[in-house]
Amino acid sequence: MQVRPALVVFAWLSVLTGVLYPVVVTVAARGLFPSQAGGSLIREADSVVGSALIGQPFDDPRYFWGRPSATAGFPYNAALSGGSNLGPTNPALIEAVHARVDRLRSADPTNPAPIPIDLVTASGSGLDPHISPEAARYQVDRVARARGLRPDAVRALVLAHVEGRAAGVLGEPRVNVLRLNLALDALP
Amino acid sequence: MTPGHLQIALCLGLAALCVKPLGGFMARVYQAEPTPLDGLLAPVERAIYRTSGVQPAREMRWQAYAGAVLAFNAVGFAAVYLVQRLQPWLPLNPGGLGPVGPDLAFNTAISFASNTNWQAYAGEATLSHLTQMLALTVQNFVSAATGMAVMAALCRGLARASASTLGNFWVDLTRGTLYILAPLSLALALALVSQGVVQSFEATSTAILVDPATGVDGAPVARQVLPLGPAASQVAIKQLGTNGGGVFGANSAHPFENPTPLSSFLELLAILLIPAAQCYTFGRMVGDPRQGWAILVVMTLIFVPLLALAVAAESAGNPRLASPAIAAVAPHGGNMEGKEVRFGVAASALWATATTAASNGSVNAMHDSLMPLGGLAALFLMQLGEVVFGGVGSGLYGMLVFAIVAVFVAGLMVGRTPEYLGKKVEAREMKLASLVILVPPFLVLGAAALAVALPQGRASILQPGPHGLSQVLYAFTSMGNNNGSAFGGLDADTPFYNTLGGVAMAVGRYWPIVLTLALGGALGAKERVPPGPGTLPTHTPLFVTLLVAVVVAVGALTFVPALALGPIVEHLNLQPR
Repeated sequence: MQVRPALVVFAWLSVLTGVLYPVVVTVAARGLFPSQAGGSLIREADSVVGSALIGQPFDDPRYFWGRPSATAGFPYNAALSGGSNLGPTNPALIEAVHARVDRLRSADPTNPAPIPIDLVTASGSGLDPHISPEAARYQVDRVARARGLRPDAVRALVLAHVEGRAAGVLGEPRVNVLRLNLALDALP
Repeated sequence: MTPGHLQIALCLGLAALCVKPLGGFMARVYQAEPTPLDGLLAPVERAIYRTSGVQPAREMRWQAYAGAVLAFNAVGFAAVYLVQRLQPWLPLNPGGLGPVGPDLAFNTAISFASNTNWQAYAGEATLSHLTQMLALTVQNFVSAATGMAVMAALCRGLARASASTLGNFWVDLTRGTLYILAPLSLALALALVSQGVVQSFEATSTAILVDPATGVDGAPVARQVLPLGPAASQVAIKQLGTNGGGVFGANSAHPFENPTPLSSFLELLAILLIPAAQCYTFGRMVGDPRQGWAILVVMTLIFVPLLALAVAAESAGNPRLASPAIAAVAPHGGNMEGKEVRFGVAASALWATATTAASNGSVNAMHDSLMPLGGLAALFLMQLGEVVFGGVGSGLYGMLVFAIVAVFVAGLMVGRTPEYLGKKVEAREMKLASLVILVPPFLVLGAAALAVALPQGRASILQPGPHGLSQVLYAFTSMGNNNGSAFGGLDADTPFYNTLGGVAMAVGRYWPIVLTLALGGALGAKERVPPGPGTLPTHTPLFVTLLVAVVVAVGALTFVPALALGPIVEHLNLQPR
């Protein structure tokens, strides 16, 4: 008795919500926000150098480094997003954090400042495009030295890339690492 | 007041402002009153009824209503299972993904049909675009509409006197989907795309890395494959329908699902929107909006202290990482493991509690890396039975079952026959209410005990000890209460967890649905008794306090022993001796 409505109503709702709805959203998105719908890609000289929303691995001292990434295969593997899933009492977490502290210290031995915590803890997605403004400031001297630039020039570039809270309230201040590094490469 | 507190207040305040307009609109939808959308949607609605042989004016007794719910959900389960198994031979599979294994497909099909959205897989590596759309997005809509329909049926049972029917499931299902979920999703999806959520039928895009990296195998990595897909359309309904199943593995922490603080704010609002507004819908449907406001106050009073606990725990950070070499200062201080910089600690802790209070289960920070007390807040909100906001529909009908228990407890204290909304609560109603409330905890604790007793269950634990127990307890709490969030360190994609979890999700969903409908039928058949001197009014601060106490006491009595062995021991271990 309920079989016919179950099948027919399911078919109707599948077409409406599983086909029509995503197609309408896709067409409208492509018309209204084509760049965002396609992944907010950054292009330079006809090739895609990244997405403004997805972080990339950086470990050259000439670049600002992003947050540690726990994705499988290689850091910032956008095809397999995810966090470390290490609990706060897991010895592996404590060891990993201390190893990252040592690496940042050895890349910049003369810097006595404490390291901002976001620079030594893995992000949730493994693709976090941002670091805190403090984490960027911590790296200014190292980047300036490696590039032979004046620290003030690098500091000014960081300052220009700080994004504030939305409407002064939402989220936290941050710096997009890929955009900052592309701007560094573009310096004369 | 920090900006973190301010954004929490802003979000909860905005959700509260939406309660009356949206709740009133939903009441119109379920009472078949005219709405502004009739011109567009009424013809579609009529076509659905005509072709399926549904007579919309013909109402169902509770047995027929429950039968229709189960038949429809069985069809949905079968469809999701088959699409996953057959995806390599179906269109829109640009990544060339193979068939999903039988136990994982079984688990995922139950998960999405039951509005749980537990995910033992990573979307970008497992499911084709067609599977995401035609299997999962559809279930995101109809499983939510199923819960809302059951809620409407229970409200009718409470509102009517000497009635034999509870409404027509096909009508409630269709109208909930077309008039409530679809328009809200369309608007939210486009707002999310404007923020950067992807929406595309292409498989991937490839970027050349600015600074080539080295893989764990030592091989050079020069490219980054960026996953695309119809994400915004699915993310919108996954939040609005308290589903929570992400398009990508990292769920709402993934920048392509949740790119900005504003998108996070909108998605969080969407998580709370319908579960909060349906309190007002209930009040309207029973003809006394004060009853709905009282329920909303009860939910808020339980939610806010647990939210405060999570915010405090996450802001304080991890004492094991305290070192002069590390600066853990606000706003980027605290426990940043598993969190995103754009959200920070406050917005992540708010999300963790909102997604477990409402039975949503999407995450914008990894719950396995929460501090023990942050994880405890999330666990306990689920263990209360997903009635603090809860799932769309299911949260409210769950809370109304608790309200019936609360008037019964009050009746015992003063020695009078308990009444709720003019209905005498008698032995049959109390038996049904008790069975609704007691079976899911039995299931959760039984399955978790089985998992830690068996080698198949223990093999999946990442970190043995109290945290490992928390992982297993969290998994079955989440599945048994149809939440869907996870402590991701547990390797849940094994035949053991897929099968036992699938059973827990099915029983945790359909057992309360059938008994709630039976309760609605029993209440609807009763006459209305006029309030007398012994009647406890159910919109007063006294009743609100009583209901809070009943919900918290039942949850605490059931789960505190298990919590003591998991997150509480872990918290004590973290304290300096």
